[in-house]
Amino acid sequence: MLAWTIYASFLGALAARLSPSKSLARWVALLAALIGLGIGLATLRHWQPGELLTVAHVAWVPQLGLSYYLAADGISLTLVLLTGIAATAGILFSWNIERRTQEFFALYLVLIGGVYGVFLSFDLFLLFVFYEIAIIPKYFLIAIWGSVPHDATGENAGSQREYAAMKLALYSFAGSALVLAGMVAAWVASGGHSMSFDALTGAHFSTHLQMAMFPLVFVGFGVLAGLWPFHTWAPTGHAAAPTAASMLLAGVVMKLGAYGCLRVAMMLFPAGMDPWGFHVLGFGSWRDVFAMLALIGIVYGASVALVQRDFKFVIGYSSVSHMGFVLLGLMTLTQIGLDGAVLQMFSHGVIAGLLFAVVGRMVYDRTHTRDLNALGPMRLAHAIPFAAVTFILAGMASIGLPGFSGFVAEFQILIGTWQAFTWMIVVAGVGILVGIAFTWRALTKAFFGDPTPGAAEHVLPPITLPEKLGALLLLAATLVVGLYPRILTDLILPSLNSPLFEGLRRGAWR
Amino acid sequence: MSVVSYSDLLRFTLPEIAVMVAGLLALTLDLTVLRRSATKIRFGVAALIGCVGCLVAMYGLTQAAAQYSLPDGMFVMTPLTRLVQIALLAFTILTVLLSTSTRVIGHIGEYVALILFATVAMLFLVATQNLLLIFVALEFLSLSLYILTGFDKNSRQSAEAALKYFLFGGMSAGFLLFGLSLLYGLSGSIELPRIAAAVSGPVLDPLLLVAIVMVTIGFGFKVAAAPFHLWAPDAYQGAPTVSAGFIASSSKVASFFVFGQVVTLGLASAVGRGAFRGYEPGWVPVLCVIAALSMVVGNFAAIAQTSVRRLLAYSAIGHAGYMLLGLIAHSPRGTSALLYYVITYALAALGAFGLLGALESAGIDRIADLAGLYRRAPGLSLCMLIFLLSLAGIPPLAGFFGKFYIFAAALEAEPHLGLLWLVLLAVAMSAVSLYYYLRVLKQVYVADGAADAGPIHTPLVTRLVLWVLAGLVVLLGCAPGLLLNRIGP
Repeated sequence: MLAWTIYASFLGALAARLSPSKSLARWVALLAALIGLGIGLATLRHWQPGELLTVAHVAWVPQLGLSYYLAADGISLTLVLLTGIAATAGILFSWNIERRTQEFFALYLVLIGGVYGVFLSFDLFLLFVFYEIAIIPKYFLIAIWGSVPHDATGENAGSQREYAAMKLALYSFAGSALVLAGMVAAWVASGGHSMSFDALTGAHFSTHLQMAMFPLVFVGFGVLAGLWPFHTWAPTGHAAAPTAASMLLAGVVMKLGAYGCLRVAMMLFPAGMDPWGFHVLGFGSWRDVFAMLALIGIVYGASVALVQRDFKFVIGYSSVSHMGFVLLGLMTLTQIGLDGAVLQMFSHGVIAGLLFAVVGRMVYDRTHTRDLNALGPMRLAHAIPFAAVTFILAGMASIGLPGFSGFVAEFQILIGTWQAFTWMIVVAGVGILVGIAFTWRALTKAFFGDPTPGAAEHVLPPITLPEKLGALLLLAATLVVGLYPRILTDLILPSLNSPLFEGLRRGAWR
Repeated sequence: MSVVSYSDLLRFTLPEIAVMVAGLLALTLDLTVLRRSATKIRFGVAALIGCVGCLVAMYGLTQAAAQYSLPDGMFVMTPLTRLVQIALLAFTILTVLLSTSTRVIGHIGEYVALILFATVAMLFLVATQNLLLIFVALEFLSLSLYILTGFDKNSRQSAEAALKYFLFGGMSAGFLLFGLSLLYGLSGSIELPRIAAAVSGPVLDPLLLVAIVMVTIGFGFKVAAAPFHLWAPDAYQGAPTVSAGFIASSSKVASFFVFGQVVTLGLASAVGRGAFRGYEPGWVPVLCVIAALSMVVGNFAAIAQTSVRRLLAYSAIGHAGYMLLGLIAHSPRGTSALLYYVITYALAALGAFGLLGALESAGIDRIADLAGLYRRAPGLSLCMLIFLLSLAGIPPLAGFFGKFYIFAAALEAEPHLGLLWLVLLAVAMSAVSLYYYLRVLKQVYVADGAADAGPIHTPLVTRLVLWVLAGLVVLLGCAPGLLLNRIGP
C-alpha cells in the first residue's frame, strides 16, 4: 500500500494540472497529500518493529539487473511520515496561490512523489531516478512563484529569483553527478548483476574502492543536506522560494540529502569511514573530516543567522545549522547518535516547515516585507497574534526545549558526539547557544519591536483557516514526538540494527 | 575474386532499391506531372511516396533471412545491422513528414529525393564491412547532406553553411581515404576482419598509428567530435531546420555505427588502453582524448550561445563525446550502450529540430524569442521540455538511461575502474549541460512573453510527429528493456 504514496502524488499532479478551476486543483492537491499522510499513518499502526516491508519488487531492466524495488524499514517510514505531514501543511499554506495555480500544485506534487520515491526505493538506480525527478520541479517552483528579498524590485526581482532557482538546480545536479559516478562504480564493482541494496551491501567492495567512493557519494548527497561549505544554495534557495516550496526544501528535500548520506554513502561504503592510517592536519579518516564540516556548519549557520536582516535568511541559515546536527549525528557512528540524526531529520523537517510558514505565509504575504527592521514597528504581535504565538512555539522547538521533538533529537546527537569525539560537544554546545540567540533576536525584532510613535496601528488580514490547520498539524507533530519519542525511536532503532547496516556496527556501537 | 550473382545482389539489396526507386519516383513525378500543382499537394505526394518506399524497405528487412553476407565483406547483414537499418528508415519517415511543413523553397521533389538518397547511402553504410564500400557510401551520404544543407537558396547563411560543410567534409574525406589506403597497404585486404588479422602483432606498426589517426580524423568530422567540429554550429544554424535535424539524427546514428565497425572490427588488434595509469598505444587512447575534448568544448561553448540551434549544435558535440565512450568500451555492452544512446539521442534531437522548424513560422530563433511559449503553444512547450530534459539526462526520460548505460559500459571496460577519470569528466560535463538546457526551458516556462503574442498554430502532421517522438523518449526512458532486448547482450 505504501507505494500508493508515490502513485497518488503523481496522479494528483496530473489531475491538478488538468483540473479546470483553481479551487479544484487545490482540493485535488490536498486530497493527494492527505492520501500520502493517511497511508503513512495506517502503515505505522500495523508496524512490526524491525520489519522490512517489501512494497513492490519486479524486474525493471533485467538485462542490467535493475529492479523496481520499493520497500520500507523504520527509517524510511519515519521520513515517509514526515513527507506526508510537510506536504499536507505545505498545501494548506499555499492555499492563496492565484498565479498559474494548476501548474503550481502539479509541480508541487511531482516533487512530493519524487521524495516519497526516494525514501521507499531499495534499489540504488531507482532511488537515483526519483532523486533526480525531484530536482526539476524545485527549479520551476522557485523560478516562477518565488518570493524576493526586501530590497529587490521589478526586473531585478525576477533575476534574483531565477538566480536562486538556477543555483539550487545546479548545486543539486552537481551533487547528483557525484552520486551517479559512485553509483556506476558500485554497479560495475559488484559485477553488474543487481542494484538492490541487499545485493550491494553484500557485495563486499574492496576497501580501496570504498575509501574512494564514500567521500564522493557523501558529498554528493551532502550538498543537498546543507553540508558546509556546499550549503550556499540553501539560504538563497529557501529565501527565494515560495512559502510552500521553502517548507518542502527545508522540511523534506534537505532530508533527501541526509537520507542519501546514510542510506547510500554510509550503508554501501562503510569501510570508507575507517582510519586512513595516517593523519593530515589532525584528520585521520573521512569520518573526522565530515564531522568537522558538520560542526563548522552548525556554528557557522547559527552565527550567520544571528546577523541577518532578512527574516527568511535567518531561517535559511538556521536550517544549515540544524542540518549540521544531522550530519554530525551520522558521523558519530554510535547507535544513539544515528538514532538522534534520523529523529533530527524528522524534527527539523517539521520545525523548519513551521518557521518558514510563519515567515513566508503569515508574515510576508501580509506585510510584503521580510526586513526585520521594517517588521519591528508594525507590532505584529498585536496585529497577528496567532503568527506570534506560532513563532514562539516553533522557536522553542527549534532551540531544543524539552517537550519538543528538537530536544530529543539534539540531545541524542550530543550524547553520541560525546561518545565519539568528546571535545566537539563543546563547540556544538556553543552552536546551540548561538541558536537560542538568533531565534530570540528574530522573535523580538519581528514581533515585539517598538512601535513608531504616532504611527497608526497596522491592520493586516486575519490568519485564515488553512493556515491555522497547517500550523496546528506541524505543532502537533513536534509535540507528539517531543513528548513520546518512542513513537519514532521504536521504528528507527530496530532498523539500525538490521543486517543492512551491518557494516556500520563496529567497535563503538552502543 | 569471388563471383556474386546479380540475382543474389538484387535480392539482398531489395530494401535499398525500394528507397532508391521511391526517391527517383518522387523526383520524376514532382518534375513532370505536379509541376504546376499547389505546394501542399506536391509535398503531400512526395512525402507519401517516400514513406511508402521506406515502409516497403522495412517490410523487406523484416522478411529477409536473419543473417547473410556477400564475399569480401561487401554486404553483411546481422540482426544488429537490421535493427539499425530499420531505425534509420523510421527516422527518415519522420524527417520526411516533418519536412512537409517547412517553408523550404520550391524544389520539393528534389528535397524529398535527396533525403531518400541519403537514406540509401546510410543503409549501405551500416551494412558493409568493406573499406571501399564504406568510403563510397560515406561520400554518397555526405554529398546528399551538403546539398540538403544549402537548400535554402534565399538564405545566405544556408549557402555559407553548405560551403563550410563541404570544404571541411572534402578535407576530412581526404584524411579518411589516406587512412583507409594505409590500412589496405599494411594488410593487403579491404575487408575489416581480415585487416585486423593481418596487422596483428606484438608491436604496433608506426604506419598503423598514422592510419588510426587519419581514420579518427575522418570519422571525427562525420560525427562532429572536437576538434573536428567547426562545421557543425554553422551547418546546424544555417541549414533548413529539417536538414539540420536529419544531420543530427539519422546521419549521426549511421556514422557512429560505421565508426564502431571500423575500429572494433578493423582495428581489433590495435586497441590499446586509455586507463589512468595504464596507457598503451592504440585507437582507444586516441578516442579518449577526442571524447574528453568534445565533452568539454561542446558543453562549455553551448553555455555562451544565444541561438537555440547553435546551442543544440554545441550540445551535439558534447553528446558525441559521450557516445565515443561507447566505442572506447569496445565490448558487446559498449556497442549496445552506444546504439541505445545514439538512437535515443537522435529521437530527442530530431524532435528538438522539428520543433524549432515549427516555431520558425512564428519568427522564433533566439533563446530570448521563446519567452512565454508555454502560453502560446502549451503542447509544443511540453514536447520541448521532454526533448531537452532527455538531452540533459533527467530521468525518467530516455537520455538518462542512455547516459547511465554508456558510463557503466565505459567503466566496465578496464579493470580496476581504469577509465574512472573519463567517466567522472563525462558526469561533470553532464551537470554543466543542465545549465544551458534549463536556460532555454526558463524562457519557455518562466519568462512572460510579449502580451500581444498570439497562439502558434502548427500543422497536424508536425504535431503528430513531435508527439510520437516525445512519446518514444518517455517510453524508452521508462522501459529501456524494449530496445535493449534487441540490441543488448
